[in-house]
Amino acid sequence: MLIDEKRAGHRALVARILEGEGRTSHAQRRAAFDDAVVGEPLQALIGKVANEPTRITDADISLVEQSGLSEDEVFELVVCAAVGQATRQYESALAALAEAGAGETE
Amino acid sequence: MRLAILDSHYSLGTKALFAIIGLFSRQPVPDAAKLTFYRPDFYGTPAKQLTHAAMRGPSAWSVGDRELMAAFVSKVNECAFCIGAHTATAAGAYHDQAKVAAVLSDLDTAPIEEPLRATLRLLGKLTREGAVTADDMRAVLAAGASRQQVEDALAVCCSFNITNRLADAFRFSMLEPGGFEAGAKFLLSRGYR
Repeated sequence: MLIDEKRAGHRALVARILEGEGRTSHAQRRAAFDDAVVGEPLQALIGKVANEPTRITDADISLVEQSGLSEDEVFELVVCAAVGQATRQYESALAALAEAGAGETE
Repeated sequence: MRLAILDSHYSLGTKALFAIIGLFSRQPVPDAAKLTFYRPDFYGTPAKQLTHAAMRGPSAWSVGDRELMAAFVSKVNECAFCIGAHTATAAGAYHDQAKVAAVLSDLDTAPIEEPLRATLRLLGKLTREGAVTADDMRAVLAAGASRQQVEDALAVCCSFNITNRLADAFRFSMLEPGGFEAGAKFLLSRGYR
């Protein structure tokens, strides 16, 4: 089956933020995407973006800036964390859909 | 918005565009729109392509159905800005505010078709729990949604699980009802590109 426009659009977004140019390194963006940042205060902010975004506070952001990250760096890593969590959900669901259809022809 | 760069660091051309949008809509440019203009090569351009394909591309779901999914996912995520924006857009697409309100207040009793109800239930579980099972999928297919409809709905869900998180992280400013209505008209006439 051809990959549809939506799957292609999702892949293009993920490829751009993880592999394209940015102010943060590819490793930093990958860690934010995977919710695998080690070290505060960034770990707390990225974890909240992925898992409890309504609880993010001004202090979560300002602590990360005070730790030495620029606003552009925060922007990139927050985007990566949001896309990463949504991607894990999306891929889990597509795998479940494929499993539900295993053995069927359509 | 929380980052000063997202409030004010735009090119002169983009600032002029914001001024024109404000003049014609008589409303401030919503933060959701501003975000897509900030370094658009990094996020805005590819994100708009994904969202437009999910929300306006070919699908057996109507535009109203997909806007309702966006509102519903936003409700599960408790994202106030996106609930306001996509409740207004779904109501505009359906020409039926009561139906949208009913779905958001009680999915089980809302007056909608079973394939849509089962699909919304699936998106709710996926958004709340982060994963779903093959049995969850079989339930939606048994309710009458096609595999392609499920896949289309998952793309909407993905797009709004991204947007909801960014709306909260960057603290999009709430709009007056008139602002959400103006935004809904724009999204229904122009889409997300």
